[in-house]
Amino acid sequence: MSGIATTLRPYLAVCAGRFQLTLQYRAAALAGFLTQCWFGVIRVLIFAAFYAGGAAKAPMTLGDAITYTWLGQAFLVFLPWNADPDVTDMVRSGAVAYERLRPVDSYAWWFVRAMAWSSARVAPRAALMVVFAGVLMPLVGLGKWGLAPPPSLAAAGFFAASAAAMVLLSAAITVLINIAMVRAMDERGPNILAAPIVNFFSGMVIPLAFFPDWLRPILRAQPIAGLVDIPFSIYFGGVAGWSAVGAIALQFGWVVVLAAFGRWALERAMRRLQVQGG
Amino acid sequence: MPQILVEELTKTYRIAERSPGAWGAVKGLVRRRWRTVEALAGVSFQLQRGELVGLIGPNGAGKSTTIKILSGILEPTAGRCEVNGLIPWRQRIRHVARIGVVFGQRTQLWWDLPVIEGFNLLRDIYRVPQDRYAATRDELVALLRLDRLLDQPVRQLSLGQRMRCEIAAALLHSPPLIFLEEPTIALDAPSKLAVREFVGRLNRERGVTVILTTHDMHDIEALADRVIVIGGGKILADGSFAALRAGVLAERRLFVDFAGAAPALEMADVRVVAASGQQLELAFDPRRITAPDLIARIVAAHPVDDIHVEEPLIEEVIARFYDLHGAAEP
Repeated sequence: MSGIATTLRPYLAVCAGRFQLTLQYRAAALAGFLTQCWFGVIRVLIFAAFYAGGAAKAPMTLGDAITYTWLGQAFLVFLPWNADPDVTDMVRSGAVAYERLRPVDSYAWWFVRAMAWSSARVAPRAALMVVFAGVLMPLVGLGKWGLAPPPSLAAAGFFAASAAAMVLLSAAITVLINIAMVRAMDERGPNILAAPIVNFFSGMVIPLAFFPDWLRPILRAQPIAGLVDIPFSIYFGGVAGWSAVGAIALQFGWVVVLAAFGRWALERAMRRLQVQGG
Repeated sequence: MPQILVEELTKTYRIAERSPGAWGAVKGLVRRRWRTVEALAGVSFQLQRGELVGLIGPNGAGKSTTIKILSGILEPTAGRCEVNGLIPWRQRIRHVARIGVVFGQRTQLWWDLPVIEGFNLLRDIYRVPQDRYAATRDELVALLRLDRLLDQPVRQLSLGQRMRCEIAAALLHSPPLIFLEEPTIALDAPSKLAVREFVGRLNRERGVTVILTTHDMHDIEALADRVIVIGGGKILADGSFAALRAGVLAERRLFVDFAGAAPALEMADVRVVAASGQQLELAFDPRRITAPDLIARIVAAHPVDDIHVEEPLIEEVIARFYDLHGAAEP
């Protein structure tokens, strides 16, 4: 086995293992899908009412807003609302000590875990959502209210790159919440704070395009925008060309910054961690 | 060069203190009071390759802190520590690849996975080549009799079964040094014996160095050639168990069943511990009066049905030792 393959072996193994294990929760995936359909419909109706009330100056068309909404529902679970529950359990039980006994970089270890955990939950939900909003709705004549395909091949390609950055950003932010949980020795505080911050700053509640001109660049520059607003705006072509390249570069740049900070903070937190009991 | 070198190791924790009650909680928001706790106050010892050492001490003595520092989980406040030539907390990743650790009160196996899948995951985590892994695994499965457990999810195992699997899990990467923290805790007698026997063989036949912490003194008596007693963050004793016993509690007990009612015995160097019906329990110091001598004198004076000598319970020895050193937890 070559050097790199040997180095990466633990990370790939835990990533694959967690993905498979998480994928088993079919009932949760189905329940999540139905909930997200329900919220998708409501949000689409809200947008429809908003546009019907005279939205001449709206920054995107109703169709784009609807596509943005369905993408948000499809990829909802990538939003890092919580500390990784496995890590939370380990910190509570003290089994986190074993994490430090593995010959792996603790940050990379938690990062791949978080990535496998979110991806495995997103995969079935997103697949069902694409079938529902992207295929079934158009088939029954509700195409106007459904998920439209990307307008061009370029948009699709940019979206693929941006979505990859979205997955990495999501994992990086989850690990930051883990670290906050380790520092506080309790997951409730970080979890309560994370959800509203992520929902608002990602553009999940309101697409960032709807914010005033002076505020929008600031909102789009912060890392959480890369979870929803940037990838989905790229998808329907609202951000295209060099702007798309710049936005994707910004996403990856934030991944690097958050990972570097997270790795430093995790090592620090681990050195201070007093494993409970014993 | 010893395998483990520990010199003047200290570890102090800072703990936030809070006055009791609601007002105390409010005060704590404004001004925190900190209290420093000295978990280790200058611990030094060395271990050679192939030793089996029991690390004992009352709760809160510093055993776990020592193990956590040696295994690289915790960074000490001061002092020197090298294991296999590495500084555990600085060269953590290289260091942990060469040790095995079992914490009896925690699990390192994956709750939802069958045992064998957990083992396979550990193979990848420790980057063990497949052929070497297969050989080690098969050997551990045979020695610890795990063959019928491998397909079961960890959550379904009994504690004894799980502990055997935990020990195997800690050895899949063939570490030359293992730390066992309370590996027999809450196990039934057959499981305890199985674990003891396995650990003994591992040490004797493979030359694996073992550091064992436990509150079960029978573990120590059965396994350890050397005992390190820690109390109040300091080493109180370091030597053989027999030496420890002799130094603390030489006293032995003689139980005498008389043919009639037990007489009121008045003898020098002998203390009556308990009297019930026909039986007397006597305590004596074998350095002052030997057991045969004592028995001869009693039998000469009184008709006797039965006599037997007992060593004081090991627990008693240890409790007495902790007591003498003021080491018991407040």
